Amino acid sequence: MELSGIASYLISFLTFAGVYAVLALGLNMQWGFTGQFNIGIAGFFAVGAYTSAILTTPSSPAYLGGFGMPFLIGLAGAVIASTLLGLVVGLITARLRTDYLAIASIGIAEMVRLFVKNEDWLTNGVRGIAGIERPFADTVLDSPLTYLVIVALFVVGVYFLVERAYASPWGRVLRAIRENEPATAAAGKSIAGFRLQAFVLGSAIMGLGGGLYAHFFGFLSPEAFMPLYGTFLVWVMLIAGGSGNNRGAILGAVLVWGVWSGTELLTGLLPTEYATQGAAMRVLLIGVLLQVILVTRPEGVLPEKPPKLIARKR
Amino acid sequence: MTDILQLLIYGLVLGSVLTMGAIGVSMIFGILRFAHFAHGDFMTLGAYLGLSFISAFGLSSWWALPAAMVGMAVIAVFIDQVLYRRIRRTQPVILLIASFGMALILRSLVQLIWGSDNQTYTSGIQFPWQLDWLGGMRLKPDHLWIMLISLGLVAGVHLFLTRTRLGKAMRAMSDNMDLALVSGIPAERVIMVTWVIGGALAGAAGVFLGIDTRLHPVMGWTTLLPVFAAAILGGIGRPYGAIAGGMIIGVSMEMSTLLIPAAYKPAVAFAIMVGMLILRPQGIFKGTV
Repeated sequence: MELSGIASYLISFLTFAGVYAVLALGLNMQWGFTGQFNIGIAGFFAVGAYTSAILTTPSSPAYLGGFGMPFLIGLAGAVIASTLLGLVVGLITARLRTDYLAIASIGIAEMVRLFVKNEDWLTNGVRGIAGIERPFADTVLDSPLTYLVIVALFVVGVYFLVERAYASPWGRVLRAIRENEPATAAAGKSIAGFRLQAFVLGSAIMGLGGGLYAHFFGFLSPEAFMPLYGTFLVWVMLIAGGSGNNRGAILGAVLVWGVWSGTELLTGLLPTEYATQGAAMRVLLIGVLLQVILVTRPEGVLPEKPPKLIARKR
Repeated sequence: MTDILQLLIYGLVLGSVLTMGAIGVSMIFGILRFAHFAHGDFMTLGAYLGLSFISAFGLSSWWALPAAMVGMAVIAVFIDQVLYRRIRRTQPVILLIASFGMALILRSLVQLIWGSDNQTYTSGIQFPWQLDWLGGMRLKPDHLWIMLISLGLVAGVHLFLTRTRLGKAMRAMSDNMDLALVSGIPAERVIMVTWVIGGALAGAAGVFLGIDTRLHPVMGWTTLLPVFAAAILGGIGRPYGAIAGGMIIGVSMEMSTLLIPAAYKPAVAFAIMVGMLILRPQGIFKGTV
């Protein structure tokens, strides 16, 4: 009994960490590779989650849909929706300093949250969408463990995709833009074009993370997409793990999610009247952790290792 | 007609709050080249410091203003010395991440110390003056004071920037950092004064917001987006532009309630900002792109 409790906690822990790893990999594409500062992750995450939820839930009079589509169609929809959002944000900001992207992206995240909260016809507003099923629902395969395997497969898939992108000539241009923008422009590369591509691809990955989250948690409400959970944790994960390093992004997701849920266990021991103080204490701890990493080890646990240059034979 | 005039007053009050925040954001961007994401939470902390001060000494609500301004000036310099100064040598964008983390630290501190319920400076309702010569429009004394005091603070910042050596040095650093440094401008002193002014104005903005509405741990964070919109609209790095930007954003946000649900007020600020980023990213007064 005790053992199965631990096992189910572990499965839930790893599934969450996996969802966050997907988000961190998406952010790595934008920030780690290209140096684009997106702090609207919660917005892309929410768009992905809601799109998948609306596509896959059984039809309901309370909100648009659901269309009762299969899991994979829901995920595809999540990716497409967040790609479109990324395209809009990217087109506006690709030519500007990254500070403007930071400000615009936080605005987009707030707008998405306001929209989700106030447009009841689409999202059921603050009441949220319930009953989002896992894939293989009502079959023998339906278990939290199966879903963990599915999430893990997606993490591995996304990892290979971004790792390949990192090593490719395309990824080299992104790193060049990050390191020295004028020199890259002088080499004839379209800065805005490459930035836009990296931003949109990263947004698509975040949308996928949102879809995976929706089917794991089964219930969506606007409160789940506060900037704290959606955005800040992912940033701390990437910085702690090592920005620019895809393995670092995954490791950071597991480590920081471990710290975050570990402190939840600790504050759970407090009497209920201290619940809000406990929550604030956890945020404070994560915030301080970020500052300590930035001051003492800004490169993270696993620093970036660019592929070795292969000398051309003469 | 009276409705529009009434909304104009609300807009100018909100605009005063935004201006106080946007001047600080703009100056910090001009000198340190990063968007300071903890500015909204500076406002929150300032408002709560004011609350503690007046309740500790049993003073009336306007005494919160000097307490918040002095307190936030000190705290801003302290945060800069302890945290931002250590990472200033790396890219400015690292400062951006640090300030984002600082925003959450300050907000959770406010929650820890003062709790997360709504609070007010004074209980009870203030009776507005009815201005019959303006079609029966109502004006709260507090609103008048908010506008007058922010006018005074803006004038003070203006005099500082144009009449004092340090103010001129600050404008020089904002215009051309390298040239200013080689001509022997004391960079650390200028940075410190930037934080003093930015922190004090953020404290004032927080108290205005607290007097106008109520105190809540996310009051500043939700105001951050309009503050940035105001700073961008005026041209980021341009304190004077921030005044125009703040007033335009504040009035547009309040006027928009005639046409769209009030819940979408921040969306108006965001829409103006996005339009500006597309059409004229340098802002009305040509800031640093």
